[in-house]
Amino acid sequence: MNKVVNNAKEAIRGIQSNMTVMLGGFGLCGIPENCIAALAESDITGLTCISNNAGVDGFGLGKLLLRHQIKKMISSYVGENKEFERQLMSGELEVELIPQGTLAERIRAGGAGIPAFFVPAGYGTEVAIGKPVREFEGKMYLEEKWLKADFSIIKAWKGDTSGNLIYRYTANNFNQSMATAARITIAEVEELVPAGTLDPNCIHTPGVFVQRIFQGTNYEKRIEFATTRD
Amino acid sequence: MPLDKNGIAKRIAKELRDGFYVNLGIGIPTLVANFIPDGMQILLQSENGLLGIGPFPGKADIDPDLINAGKQTITSIQGAAFFDSSASFAMIRGGHIDLTVLGAFEVSETGDIASWKIPGKLVKGMGGAMDLVASAKNIIVAMMHTNPQGESKLLKKCTLPLTGVGVVKRIVTDLAVLDVTPRGFKLIERAADVTVEQIIRATEGKLIVEGEIPVI
Repeated sequence: MNKVVNNAKEAIRGIQSNMTVMLGGFGLCGIPENCIAALAESDITGLTCISNNAGVDGFGLGKLLLRHQIKKMISSYVGENKEFERQLMSGELEVELIPQGTLAERIRAGGAGIPAFFVPAGYGTEVAIGKPVREFEGKMYLEEKWLKADFSIIKAWKGDTSGNLIYRYTANNFNQSMATAARITIAEVEELVPAGTLDPNCIHTPGVFVQRIFQGTNYEKRIEFATTRD
Repeated sequence: MPLDKNGIAKRIAKELRDGFYVNLGIGIPTLVANFIPDGMQILLQSENGLLGIGPFPGKADIDPDLINAGKQTITSIQGAAFFDSSASFAMIRGGHIDLTVLGAFEVSETGDIASWKIPGKLVKGMGGAMDLVASAKNIIVAMMHTNPQGESKLLKKCTLPLTGVGVVKRIVTDLAVLDVTPRGFKLIERAADVTVEQIIRATEGKLIVEGEIPVI
């Protein structure tokens, strides 16, 4: 079983227009830069993208927005992006906003084979519209359903040829749960090593969840708000 | 004198207890970190996957892989832990976070909070606010008592779309500290040189004033 592909272009093979794709990252932290660039060079359109945020103008998912490749965003927070605002206002783009913890858990549930579950977030708000509610131990909860995708595209720090992954600091965020929730998971890593090199005690994502892996190049790792104490 | 933003943050810091796990929202709540009493150990949680937020980095130590939920570069303290988003919200939803401090546009006398959406303005999303307010054991709102037009932000009923229902326990404003009780807002403390009458005028929701009100 060979999971290793040469580059992002090879990794995204099979992604077709109108598919649902999960993309890891929080803001611009831990986003799969190489695969996003490869998608932006493709003719794929009409994507439904599940991602906590929508990038910034011209970077991250902003690259795909610029080329009108995204039909719908499923996110928790979508500020910091003018082209996004424009497309949303003009009706070119559809957006579904989900509380961040519910989004993370729906993805986790998708990967864990749990079709529905109950959370308190959003009870009594517009998020609750159309959802069954139920009382547990005197508190009200909303029923939420799993989220799954055709492809998940994630970014890790280190990976091995078996597909085992380790994330770095807060660049883990949504990557770990998204890795589990798609038919095919593509992992791009900063450092790809032979199986047996990584400490098995320290693996975040076991290789069973990863179908394709490659070592990315030229990571920009842009910072949205560089804040220092100086 | 009404409190400034730092004054509000300093008052909220008095609610901290040694060993608390705390989530601080963006804005005034973030400033609370500057007033943690010496010798008290507080672990600050960032919902993008960190327990143990440290100070902002020096210029040379900026790391793009290390940010807070406001997407600012940060550092982590000794003994910090990193984890994924679903584990982060398991901490929040599971009631493991002792205190959440966040800002708001409006709070109602029954503890409803509106903080994420103004109709007619661009909607950016609720982020983690709905998860936080629905789950934390103790929720303190840090905000100005009135909006820039001078209208009360402490209302009988919120007018803006809600973030959570019946969740706020305590509010610290530039004028006062108030608790949400089954009978309405209860005045607990007032800012120095702010009169009870001023607070009554600035509060639209039901306000209970009992006995002498101490100064913050």
